[in-house]
Amino acid sequence: MSFTLLVNGAAYSLDVPPEETLLSVIRERLGLTGSKYGCGEGRCGACTVLIEGSPVRSCSMKIGAAAGKTITTIEGLASGGSLHPVQQAFLEKQAFQCGYCTPGMILSALALLEHITAPTSEQIGRYLDGNVCRCGTYPRIIEAVHAAALSRSKPNGKSRG
Amino acid sequence: MARAADSELQQHNAVSRLHAAFSLPRRGFFKLMGSGLFVCLARPGAFSQESGKAGRGRHELPTTIDSWLHIGDDGEITAFTGKVEVGQNVRTSLAQQVAEELRVPLASIKMVMGDTELTPYDMGTFGSRTTPQMGLELRKVAASARSLLIETAARNWQAQPTDLVVAHATVHDPKSGRAISYAELVRAQKLTKVILDDPPLTPASQWKMAGSSPLKVNGRDFVTGAHKYTSDLTISGMLYGKIIRPSAFSAKLASCDTSPAETLPGVTVVREGDFLGVAARDEISAQRAAAAIRTQWEVPGQISERDLFSRLRATPSQSQSESGDEHVTGAIDEARAQAAKTIARTYTVAYIAHVPLEPRAAVAEWKQDFLTVWTGTQRPFAVRQELAEAFHIAETSVRVIVPDTGSAYGGKHSGEAAVEAARLAKGAGRPVKLVWTREEEFTWAYFRPAGVIDVKSGAQADGGLVFWEFDNYNSGPAAMLTPYEVPHQRIAFHPADAPLRQGSYRSLAAAANHFARESHMDELAHELGMDPLKFRLKNLTNQRLRAAFMAAADKFGWGREKSSSGRGFGVAGGIEKGGYIATCAEVSVNREQVRVVRVVEAFDCGAVVNPEELSSQISGAIVQGLGGALFEAIHFENGRILNPHLSSYRVPRFSDLPGIEVVVLDRKDQPPAGAGETPLTGIAPAVANAIFDATRIRLRSMPLIPNGLPAAGANP
Repeated sequence: MSFTLLVNGAAYSLDVPPEETLLSVIRERLGLTGSKYGCGEGRCGACTVLIEGSPVRSCSMKIGAAAGKTITTIEGLASGGSLHPVQQAFLEKQAFQCGYCTPGMILSALALLEHITAPTSEQIGRYLDGNVCRCGTYPRIIEAVHAAALSRSKPNGKSRG
Repeated sequence: MARAADSELQQHNAVSRLHAAFSLPRRGFFKLMGSGLFVCLARPGAFSQESGKAGRGRHELPTTIDSWLHIGDDGEITAFTGKVEVGQNVRTSLAQQVAEELRVPLASIKMVMGDTELTPYDMGTFGSRTTPQMGLELRKVAASARSLLIETAARNWQAQPTDLVVAHATVHDPKSGRAISYAELVRAQKLTKVILDDPPLTPASQWKMAGSSPLKVNGRDFVTGAHKYTSDLTISGMLYGKIIRPSAFSAKLASCDTSPAETLPGVTVVREGDFLGVAARDEISAQRAAAAIRTQWEVPGQISERDLFSRLRATPSQSQSESGDEHVTGAIDEARAQAAKTIARTYTVAYIAHVPLEPRAAVAEWKQDFLTVWTGTQRPFAVRQELAEAFHIAETSVRVIVPDTGSAYGGKHSGEAAVEAARLAKGAGRPVKLVWTREEEFTWAYFRPAGVIDVKSGAQADGGLVFWEFDNYNSGPAAMLTPYEVPHQRIAFHPADAPLRQGSYRSLAAAANHFARESHMDELAHELGMDPLKFRLKNLTNQRLRAAFMAAADKFGWGREKSSSGRGFGVAGGIEKGGYIATCAEVSVNREQVRVVRVVEAFDCGAVVNPEELSSQISGAIVQGLGGALFEAIHFENGRILNPHLSSYRVPRFSDLPGIEVVVLDRKDQPPAGAGETPLTGIAPAVANAIFDATRIRLRSMPLIPNGLPAAGANP
């Protein structure tokens, strides 16, 4: 079947079987491998992408459900060689070890900051509870989200998102 | 203890043979490196000292090289190590140590890691050895290279080497004001130097780059998604593989019909004995082809979970003397009568899974009879051997390359996916990528061993330990010895005929043995009516462990009033792999709900190479350790795993996170020890002891509260 995907500002026309997942399409057909397979049942968050700004587990969504909607993957965040404030905060706070959960974690964090500009640690933990970091860097991730919130709130800071 | 560790390795490594084969670098390697300075470090006594032009013959290279380093005429410095990066930050921390000794910026160091064609033989990245051993080797190589550069400049200038200084990749002569960069010094040279002696190293107290906390050298690639893990790689002409798994462990393929898959376009079916897999042009086609194959398996009857512990106790796999892991001092039988208080208790640990977020994956490519495999493993050289054996080819016909990997925790010592991908690639005549599903990773990898631990002990009325008997069935001997002073001891490990495939897991059996020992110490303290911390300190003379206990207790506020009823405090500690750990935990109990609210952990691992990443390793180990302590367990019945998904196997999440405070005891006077494992060992007993403090319920099985707190009196 033919589908149109809008990913990171570009439109793609694809002919793929309808049972294929969004994750499989963006990784394999579009070569955007920043989104990861972790569990295949939406329980770890490694495959998280944003659809219309909301976090979605791309491993558990069939391609048809994502067609025509605005999709953001980790590859769509940095622009012109400069990192998005959430990426910058994860880098500076050393909020990852193996890094496999990081793209999904960053996208979920970004979606949170769109809803709540200055979340508490409890709000961060609740919102990100579906994202697993098996290395256990949760305290650093919370710090990074706080740092990103602060940097986005500064009038002269980067406030893209 | 070293003996115990070796035995652990033999028992738990899925690939058991560890011969010290050394792959000499190919001639192409030297071409690749071009001119410049090439320094190898050989272990003393292994080889006569030689130096000279490269390419004169392979026989010049010693057989026990651990590391090597190249300085190119463009000034680029490349350090080579067989270690791999799985999230423990060694790509950065090793580069820091090279940069330190060479007096160059961190950014000028390139680390080539885990590539059997380019890096020296390495047994594997495990056992917390990278920092104490590889870090030291690379410091020696870099320090030797620095001396060589100084000597070369001194010769050119007819100056005394001792008059010259180095900084910022440049040799300076303060007297004459002359200066020459490393790049210029090595230009047009092709010098190979094998170093045997121990060069003087920069002491930790003078470190500038080592001992600091730079960001990860390739950190940007991880936050942008640009980093290519094995599962992200594609190569030209590549197919996607899928394995048809048996319905249970030890099953035999009775019959199969592969014809429905073979008629699908672009699908290759590969069958060799009980191995059955497909390769297809994309993932969905591979899944469809696999689903189209009909199989029948013969499944033998197998031990189920309910019989696990009696099985481990009843079926030693070899005699005690063979296992070699018995430690005896004093005379236990005579000592029993001297004790005012004696207790005997049994502790158990369940099988748990590593759950690396990146499951096993491999990309395999045959070019004629040469096999190249990219795979996430902790042991690239062992996987090379595994591949060579599987395909009856020489190890020199196999190259294994390990991209920085999505974690391992001791769970990726083996090369299952590598062998499977290579088999499919051979059958299909095209490169194949195979990525295991989460269910496959939960089922067909290996587990942390379950175990039963019996402890019997006795103390005098004043709290002085008299005797200590400790029998570990199956879980392993790591950290089995007690750090406390006990005149009469018998400590033994009994390997068992275990029902599930088991192997290494972060800290090995140190987590189980600490759980048993530190829980038992707590029980004995309560029997004696003593404060658990005072009881430990009374029986402890090791100054570094005492310091760790004091540091943790001080930060935690041990002995203070509890903020409310239903709160409990627990403490635990120990020594393992050169690290000294003490953990204090606070729990809150509300009806059957237990919550770990605060953890303070003090850790001494000698001189600290990267404080921020060390602290991250410690808190990460606490979080991971909480999973095994509280709720993680593999359930199995008759050769099948019953909970092979993240929806049925619970791992720690943000909502499980306690407040974590880490106290790092930076001992610049002590050599650095590894830190990836030992920080995991204190949390389970500290929490169990805190739960007892809050509830008077003693939990002796890990996981402690898979279904909440059991009713009082429900103890075994």
